[in-house]
Amino acid sequence: MTPRVTVIDYGASNLLNVVRALEHCGAEVVLADQPEAVINADRLILPGVGAFADGMAELQLKKLADPIKFFCQQGNPLLGICLGMQMMLDSSDEFGHHEGLGLIPGKVIHIPPKGANGEPHKIPHIGWNELSYPEKGGNWDDTLFSRLSPGNSMYFVHSFMAAPSDERHRLADCDYDGQSICAAIRSENMTGCQFHPEKSGEPGLQIISKFIKTQ
Amino acid sequence: MSNIRLIPRLDIKGPNLVKGIHLEGLRVMGDPQEFAVGYYRDGADELIYMDIVASLYGRNNLTDIVKRTVENVFIPITVGGGIRSTDDVKHILRSGADKVAINTAAINNPDLIHQVSKRFGSQCMVLSIEAQSNGPGKWEAFTDNGREKTGKDVLEWARKGVELGAGEVLLTSVDREGTRKGFDIELVKAVSESVPVPVIASGGMGQTQDIIDVIQQGKADAVAMADVLHYRRMKIQDIRQAALEAHIHVRNL
Repeated sequence: MTPRVTVIDYGASNLLNVVRALEHCGAEVVLADQPEAVINADRLILPGVGAFADGMAELQLKKLADPIKFFCQQGNPLLGICLGMQMMLDSSDEFGHHEGLGLIPGKVIHIPPKGANGEPHKIPHIGWNELSYPEKGGNWDDTLFSRLSPGNSMYFVHSFMAAPSDERHRLADCDYDGQSICAAIRSENMTGCQFHPEKSGEPGLQIISKFIKTQ
Repeated sequence: MSNIRLIPRLDIKGPNLVKGIHLEGLRVMGDPQEFAVGYYRDGADELIYMDIVASLYGRNNLTDIVKRTVENVFIPITVGGGIRSTDDVKHILRSGADKVAINTAAINNPDLIHQVSKRFGSQCMVLSIEAQSNGPGKWEAFTDNGREKTGKDVLEWARKGVELGAGEVLLTSVDREGTRKGFDIELVKAVSESVPVPVIASGGMGQTQDIIDVIQQGKADAVAMADVLHYRRMKIQDIRQAALEAHIHVRNL
């Protein structure tokens, strides 16, 4: 049977890209902008590009925030991408203080404006960067990253980054001028990628392929 | 810094990929879709689509091409040409683009930069600057493919655009565009040192050494290429290899 994936449609501009990548990997895609459709999903993707406050405001306006939380509490698989990943956390400091979905404890903070050598570096962090296991340990067995290896490059575009309060929720990091940036978070059935798997060529598609097969 | 990005730039007129010199004298190259898929397979890090007649007609006609491209191409795509409002931006992003490049409309209404970055995030607001030299160490910003003067100094405009929220600068040298004489390194360096956001150098790529120079001397964060790829003078793999040999960080394929 063709695996069914529901993508939350709240105006996120990378929606079509995510849909294409899912279809390319063999999924049947359903778009959801209604609470019932979210609750009844088999698997949920929360895409996102842009400002945190606007994204959350759209989710609230469409009354999707609580259904997403409910869906996840039932142990169903969720994949958050970029802003979608950031919104999984408790709050963000982007343009003021804003509440997130609170699915994984932690917040969203500025990328350090300087590299480890004290030199200012470019923000946003844009481009391909290599994934590594989290600095404080962990591996990718039994995760969406199980087919990847440290060193695989993914495409990042962001000015803010996730800071999960529990290090065990850190799934992958990347190095930006000696600063460790959280590349992915995970807690049980929920995974969030700061990078764009739908824009990261074949290694990115591996993550999506794996996700559409999760139960 | 991040890995240096190698970006094929596809200038589009109607349904066709075209290539000109100094952004003029266009020659039809073929179906952009075929080129785009080929570049994706060859390891391009991103693509830029530029509707080069759009600003004349006041609209961007790339949505269909973008929609077809993203069925088979899973790398970031920047789309520019004739984008005038946040609604235009929304429409293009919905077609599958990841970023928009805006020149003319930003010159006419700089607040558009702020509106776009506020609504969609600064990461998708690429300020496109067409620069033409007007004296030693000075450049003027142009619009409409280098045809219209704006009176704006490139360095001041770049700084202003970034203050307003541009997350990247696509810097095209009108003087070098299509000439294969190498990038305007002085220009790229001046802009790169003026703004804290990534700068994509465009215009003038002729040989692999040009890329090495514009990265090492010009401090470019990304390089856009057209001619050398479209005419199959070089392959992306060769450019990547040359960059690696010069100890430039590029994507690990």
